Amino acid sequence: MSSYTAEEMMSIAAARALTEGSSCFVGIGLPSTAANVARRMHAPGLVLIYESGCLGAKPDLLPLSIGDGMLAETADSVVSVPEVFNYWLQPGRIDVGFLGAAQLDRFGNINTTVVGGDYTDPKVRLPGAGGAPEIAASCKEVFLVVRQSTRAFVAELDFITSVGHGSGAGDRHRLGLPGAGPTLVITDLGILRPDPRTAELTLTQLHPGVTLDEARAATGWELAVAEELGRTEAPSDRELTVLRELTAASQ
Amino acid sequence: MADIVSLREGLAELVSDGDLVAMEGFTHLIPVAAGQELIRQRRKDLTLARMTPDIVYDQLIGAGCARKLIFSWGGNPGVGSLHRFRDAVEHGWPAPLEIEEHSHAGMANRYVAGAAGLPFAVLRGYVGTDLPKHTENIKPIECPFTGEQLTAVPALNPDVTVVHAQRADSHGNVQLWGITGVQKEAVLAAKRSLVTVEEVVPELTPRAGAIVLPSWAVTAVAEVPGGARPSYAQDYYERANTSYQEWDAISRDRERFQEWLADQVYGAEVKS
Repeated sequence: MSSYTAEEMMSIAAARALTEGSSCFVGIGLPSTAANVARRMHAPGLVLIYESGCLGAKPDLLPLSIGDGMLAETADSVVSVPEVFNYWLQPGRIDVGFLGAAQLDRFGNINTTVVGGDYTDPKVRLPGAGGAPEIAASCKEVFLVVRQSTRAFVAELDFITSVGHGSGAGDRHRLGLPGAGPTLVITDLGILRPDPRTAELTLTQLHPGVTLDEARAATGWELAVAEELGRTEAPSDRELTVLRELTAASQ
Repeated sequence: MADIVSLREGLAELVSDGDLVAMEGFTHLIPVAAGQELIRQRRKDLTLARMTPDIVYDQLIGAGCARKLIFSWGGNPGVGSLHRFRDAVEHGWPAPLEIEEHSHAGMANRYVAGAAGLPFAVLRGYVGTDLPKHTENIKPIECPFTGEQLTAVPALNPDVTVVHAQRADSHGNVQLWGITGVQKEAVLAAKRSLVTVEEVVPELTPRAGAIVLPSWAVTAVAEVPGGARPSYAQDYYERANTSYQEWDAISRDRERFQEWLADQVYGAEVKS
């Protein structure tokens, strides 16, 4: 077995979560990397949807932006931006929304807007919402990929950009959000899933070589841990080769 | 009928200080040359609207052309922050920047309502987020048929919309293809519009998936080859990803940005 980085483990764990034949609304960065690894591994029929209006994009390389030319050139259909949101996302046609975040809380709500200070006078101004609020609301389920640290895994968000499970179980239903919300959070340390009763994110799996103490120390709240804590299978040589070829070719 | 104009005279004629200006383009076909010409014409107090303000809006903000930004995602795609935008929001440099912030779905629907001549658009969106607390232009609305709680956003009707397209014919009919974003809606929603194009051809030939904006729906067309660089124009040139990466370093530092502005914008010849 080759050696690998925590970042590579995270991308590969995220790729594994995507199932063949499903449709996936892909954010740029880690989600796009993982989705394109999945397409080269176990899910060649994964339908990638980018908010630029590219439905069924099949890029050879990792795009730098959500609107790179190769996404349009390889797509089954290129539609307008109002159409991708109104006709494809809003009615709940898309299986998985795949998002990253600057901050995440214990219910999988995310912040990509401001950090520190207040909204009108923030310490750090982030890019903002983009497509995320409606992706998080309307996809059948949501996968989040976030590097685990106390900076990102915070007890309280500075801003709720997109709703996960709100303040707990039943909140999505009360708010009228059609999708199931975050069902999976993949980090560089392990995997979290919402507790079926409380909707609180619970560590269910650690990546190889990661200790529970490390995961706890990288979480800004008291981390819930599953009774039976699983262990992620280390990346195979083939998975690493595919990921590395893809990232090297895209440099 | 659209007038065929030069970029300089077209913008001088159509854009005044204080206008609400939308320069749309979703990664593809971004009207960069037009944005830089607005800087050169030293427009002030503009309200700039765009779903994805990227480096040309960073330049306009850093150059002090904007009073307000209406947007849904303000970043350098695939690279990181827009440092001039951040400097304006975080430190009020070179001037404070008022912001009106939406999601993509909300912004897209604001243009849709504008293009349709309706006062507002309805969507399932924003619910449970903090955006409605800070953006007055997001309101709940009840469906009169089912009672469902939905969200309303008002029409966005720019004084001027500027977009870039692959080509136009000599009558000013405009054709664009590939990722066409929200440009059609943004042009139809606007009081006046300017389209910069890669080339003016005698006659438009049909293309799969292309949009045609008829001459009578556009105010002016200017031929500006390369006018979307460093973004791209499908079938003309590729996106210069390195320029987006280099912008990170240029824009990070106020002095370096001002040198860039003096050299590359104020000191540069108008492209058309």
